[in-house]
Amino acid sequence: MNWLTNSVLPKIKALVQAREVPDNLWHKCVNCGQMIFHRELEDNLNVCPHCHHHGRISAERRLELLFDDGLYKTLELAKSVADPLKFRDRKRYSERLKEAQGKTKRSDAIIVAEGLIGDRKTIVAVFDFSFMGGSMGVAVGNALVLASEAAVAAGAPLIAFPASGGARMQEGILSLMQMPRTVLAVEAVKEARLPFIVVLTDPTTGGVTASFAMIGDLHLAEPGAIIGFAGQRVIKDIIREDLPEGFQRSEYLLEHGMIDMVVERADLRDTLIRVLGLLTDRHDPQAQTALPGPTEHGGTAANPG
Amino acid sequence: MRNFLEFEKPIADLEGKIEELKHLSTEGDINIAEEIGKLQTKVDRQLRAIYQKLTPWQTVQVARHPDRPHLSDILRALVTDFVPLAGDRNFAEDFAIIGGIGRFRGRSVVVIGTEKGRHTEDRLRHNFGMARPEGYRKAQRLMRLADQFGLPILTFVDTAGAYPGIGAEERGQAEAIARSIETCLQVKVPLIATIVGEGGSGGAVALASGNHVLMFENAIYSVISPEGCASILWRSAEHAKDAAEALRLTAADLLKLGVVDEIIAEPLGGAHRDPAAALKGLGEAIEAALQPYLQQTGDALKAGRRAKFIAIGDKRL
Repeated sequence: MNWLTNSVLPKIKALVQAREVPDNLWHKCVNCGQMIFHRELEDNLNVCPHCHHHGRISAERRLELLFDDGLYKTLELAKSVADPLKFRDRKRYSERLKEAQGKTKRSDAIIVAEGLIGDRKTIVAVFDFSFMGGSMGVAVGNALVLASEAAVAAGAPLIAFPASGGARMQEGILSLMQMPRTVLAVEAVKEARLPFIVVLTDPTTGGVTASFAMIGDLHLAEPGAIIGFAGQRVIKDIIREDLPEGFQRSEYLLEHGMIDMVVERADLRDTLIRVLGLLTDRHDPQAQTALPGPTEHGGTAANPG
Repeated sequence: MRNFLEFEKPIADLEGKIEELKHLSTEGDINIAEEIGKLQTKVDRQLRAIYQKLTPWQTVQVARHPDRPHLSDILRALVTDFVPLAGDRNFAEDFAIIGGIGRFRGRSVVVIGTEKGRHTEDRLRHNFGMARPEGYRKAQRLMRLADQFGLPILTFVDTAGAYPGIGAEERGQAEAIARSIETCLQVKVPLIATIVGEGGSGGAVALASGNHVLMFENAIYSVISPEGCASILWRSAEHAKDAAEALRLTAADLLKLGVVDEIIAEPLGGAHRDPAAALKGLGEAIEAALQPYLQQTGDALKAGRRAKFIAIGDKRL
């Protein structure tokens, strides 16, 4: 890292002052401001090597990191009623939807995948924040119902990775109804005594947090993720004072008892393999999942923070 | 003194005139009595004209009307032997949500609902009907109590939403709402929910995930307040009127979408003009809604709720 910080970085900084970052080869960490070479950032799972800030990663990348050998199959989502309210603000919702679909090449803000994680068949639902802020409407609700049904049918655990600004306003009351719907969805997994694990990623707020995402058997969170119900601006407007440091961050929620552990992205897969093993293979003398020790960012499964 | 909404101004004027005439009137003054009668007819006609075609934004105003019946009025009118029960057994009592056991038409029930409060002091005490996690945890506790003793649950919603505060977040507002929804869906007793005034977002659905959802004609039920929606999507709260239209938050639209099961008609000019009549209608609607569920087994009640909510989203406007 030294050559980077001592010699390359000042040159880059000089360059940046002259013009914007050239060709996105260098990435400036939003947290510590250090410049990181794009390749290095990618190899480090979009985690800043200097300050451990966890940047957002794509839904596909997350699935790739999670499943054995990066192999998985996506489940086809049923077509749902598009724009049920014919909603229009400054722009038509149908147009916003088409734009998001064009940009992300998927039908809505979620992927449901199945594959092996630590040799165990697992169903995973990952939100795509780049699709209208990962907001939850009928299609996302349907996908979670599908994911839960798939888990129950396969006798497999369900892992959800929310990343969402909350309910999709453009679907009005129908987006609110996804709260009871997704609660019902995961309820089926729980009634089948299969693990339902939530990995809270940045950001998880509003109606998503206040439904399926807060009733997991276990709650894991990535470091520094914003997790909460009300938006920070709304709270500030109401109370008219500054919010405490680290408010609504993973570590803050850990401290307040709302999540089980904060896990670094690099340790996530192994942590999940271990806890799934513990919850489902109740006796296995051979089982042991190696995990690194605790980090300054919170506990791991080996050493709960 | 009646509170008039802006669009009720013609009615305020007419009723003002009636009041004046009443003061002038002496015993047996036939001319004035006749005049009053005419004006009264005019008031009714105006009310009908205005209320027949309320815009969504006007409906929002009616739903938030300060004289609209509150949970305390509902309890007085429809519930006997009411015993309020307090506390979430974890942290605190939250007066934004009132709950307890009582009798509805002779039958023991658990009643849970939000209460906005009427006067300044009262409103502060009830936190304007905006519950903290403790309120939702109390609701869960009371639903479990109902489940334990096989009592039907009646919930009443009139809230702008869950309270957005630092402490509320720290004590798990999201978890409390999620668990409250979960509890509504799990109990093996009938749950009849009524949207009385404002059905504000997660704080409303936390109590309204029931077998049968009733909604007053001029109530609203929405994922976000029109003001909040406008400030996000139009970047200005001044577009609240537009947002109110786009959100489709009126009872008529929600019935079409299958989100509510039944609309309770309000007296001419809204529930606030004749709360007693409105509450009579509410009582009858609850009684009728409750009956079929009383025959069902706990498992059937639960399965019915599941089927009902899973099916939402198939319909469009």
